[in-house]
Amino acid sequence: MKYFYLVWKSLWRKKIRTILTMLSVFIAFLLFGLLSGLNQVFAGATDLANAQRLITLDKISIINALPSAYLPRIEAITGVRRVAHADWFGGYYQDPRNQFAQFAVDPERYLDLYPELQIAAEQRQAWADKRDSVIVGRDLVEAYGWSIGDRIPMYSSIWTNKSGGQVWDFEIAGIFENDDPRGNTQLMLIQYDYFDEGRAFGQGGMGWFIIGIDSAGNAAEIANAVDTQFANSPNQTKTSTEAAFAESFIGQYGDIGLIISLILTAVFFTILLVSGNTMAQSVRERIPELAVLKTLGFEDKGVLGIVLAESVFVMLIGGGLGLGVAWLIVNVVGAIPLPGFYLDGSALALGGLYILVAGLLAGIFPAVKAMRLTIIDALSRG
Amino acid sequence: MSGIQQIIAVTLLNLRSIPQRLGASLVAIVGVAAVVGVFAGVLSMSSGFQKTMLAAGAADTVVILRAGATGELASAVSNEQIQIISTSPGVRKRDGVSEVSGELYVVVDVAKKSTDESANVPLRGVQSGAFGIRANMSIIEGRRFDEGKNELLVGRSAQRQFKGLEVGNTIPFGPTEWSIVGVFEDDGSASESELWADVRVVQATYRRGNSYQVVRAKLESPESIDRLTAALEDDPRIDVDVINERDFYSQQSEAMTNIINYVGYPLTILMSIGAIFGALNTMYSSISARGKEIATLRTIGFRPLSILVSVVIESGVLALIGGLVGGGLAWLFLNGFTVSTLNAASFSQVVFDFAVSGELIMQGLWAAVLIGLVGGLFPAIRAVRIPVSTALREL
Repeated sequence: MKYFYLVWKSLWRKKIRTILTMLSVFIAFLLFGLLSGLNQVFAGATDLANAQRLITLDKISIINALPSAYLPRIEAITGVRRVAHADWFGGYYQDPRNQFAQFAVDPERYLDLYPELQIAAEQRQAWADKRDSVIVGRDLVEAYGWSIGDRIPMYSSIWTNKSGGQVWDFEIAGIFENDDPRGNTQLMLIQYDYFDEGRAFGQGGMGWFIIGIDSAGNAAEIANAVDTQFANSPNQTKTSTEAAFAESFIGQYGDIGLIISLILTAVFFTILLVSGNTMAQSVRERIPELAVLKTLGFEDKGVLGIVLAESVFVMLIGGGLGLGVAWLIVNVVGAIPLPGFYLDGSALALGGLYILVAGLLAGIFPAVKAMRLTIIDALSRG
Repeated sequence: MSGIQQIIAVTLLNLRSIPQRLGASLVAIVGVAAVVGVFAGVLSMSSGFQKTMLAAGAADTVVILRAGATGELASAVSNEQIQIISTSPGVRKRDGVSEVSGELYVVVDVAKKSTDESANVPLRGVQSGAFGIRANMSIIEGRRFDEGKNELLVGRSAQRQFKGLEVGNTIPFGPTEWSIVGVFEDDGSASESELWADVRVVQATYRRGNSYQVVRAKLESPESIDRLTAALEDDPRIDVDVINERDFYSQQSEAMTNIINYVGYPLTILMSIGAIFGALNTMYSSISARGKEIATLRTIGFRPLSILVSVVIESGVLALIGGLVGGGLAWLFLNGFTVSTLNAASFSQVVFDFAVSGELIMQGLWAAVLIGLVGGLFPAIRAVRIPVSTALREL
């Protein structure tokens, strides 16, 4: 620490260069932070999946509905705790651009299987009591300025109601949160009974089943039992764990997420390489000065330490600020409206590690060179 | 020497001495190359996607959906409505028969070759009129499906991306086996991502009775859409949206293209700022290494403006080299690279190629030149503002 003043002074020997290098590093880590957030969008759904939930779909196509008669039959299978179901409402609010997920569900069954959706007990009751009411996620309330008691028209692009229209009127009975900050609350839950009676076609169908099981260890066995049960019926099923379902669904976007990640990673390392090179260059220019230090009696290790400290310091300031700003943008301001866009602790820790490693790598070659210098050689170069 | 001659002389002097400052110059080049490479790479996805989608539309074809439906999957049209449409004005007739095709659009689960994960592949049930309506479509292997049979004609892109779609294979959808009897191409459009079958068989498999989801109709001319729309609007038996097929595919590609652009453009701006810092650094060290040289030039009568311009040009040239390298790499490695993704608008897979177009490269090069000019300007100003006497005394 006693050399801090020396490190500090040599850092600002060329002010502009140091500041510019720090700014490049800043950009690199800002990029890294945003990239990690983006990765979370693709990985998040899988991370958040509950190991004790299975999803059952129609085997031919995700868009085919299953008969509601399947529900009690699934529930009778050993190891199944409870079964919920959901239908895709496919609607938007006011403008086709305002798209978010709406599921028609049975309130009790669904909330029982999704304990991470937190809602006040009286709001939950109010929803269950009023057939044409819905509950909505916190993100939606913020986006559209809704509050409890509001009546909102939802336009369904799939479901015509019995009066022949596509617009369904709902009353907001409650607002739920997700207890995981990465969780998606851009969701509206509609009452299935009201929806099923109101729709002009497709009655008695259920989009998919969510199966709550006693133990994650039995998942494969139970999934198999469900699919075997319906193997010879017109609606064959495909049951998988929620994680596998989420992964395969996200996998459908597939290559795009991967490619963006690859490109950004390449860029991140390019910028680091470039700034590292600049830092190394700045040490090379100062070799005569380092020789003077040695002449004054600094030990080899001391010189090594000073040079290393300098490069780590540049990375720390630039990179630290970059990660900090990324964190602000992603988690605090929430500037990017993607579900699951979140910068978690492990990404920040990884960023911190990269900062240290990059600082050491950028400094180590010139530092070793500086350490090995013989005074006479170094001074004669100037 | 005139001003121009001075500028040329100093610029050449600068450029010839670049090899002496290779390390620092590379920093600027690599920085700019990264910007242009990423810009062209990311945006080639959205341009490729859009190109594929738009190629599927023809100016003289209309897509008719139930009023308010946001896509084919969510739409429904009855057989009676198709009869109304085929007798409406504006629809082209061939041999006395209206060119109208009632179609069903559903998705089936087929595994992706690359990941072996299941994907929503679009399955289109068509009437025989569908082939005449799509003028660019041709069968490149095998034959059309026979009516009434569980036979599939598969798009060329679908066959390349998804498993088990070779001619002669059978593929199970639920309890029924489907045979693949042919492969079609359609100018590389999004239609090539689809599987086609006889609409009656698809209706039966999906228990749709005698209903359809979408109607395509060929127009007498692109302008006849107004006559057709007006006629259908006046008819109380039918409530549909009539959309030009090109506009339809453009709407279907909008969300996806926007998402990629929303990532691509801010990313490029952010990286450009980083590259400007890199270029500034390079040029500051360049002029500081040549401080004496520049001072000498000024002493012997070179005007400050000539020196300023020459420094900016040097930086611009470095950036342009970087831009060409980055754009070239993107073109070399990414152009024509085939991927598939889920298009949320149609809830099904679209196979498309990255398109690193000339337009994208040009945009990237403009950004590169801008980075170079900004990155050179401040160091250049500094170079000419240091008093000659100070500069000459340095080191």
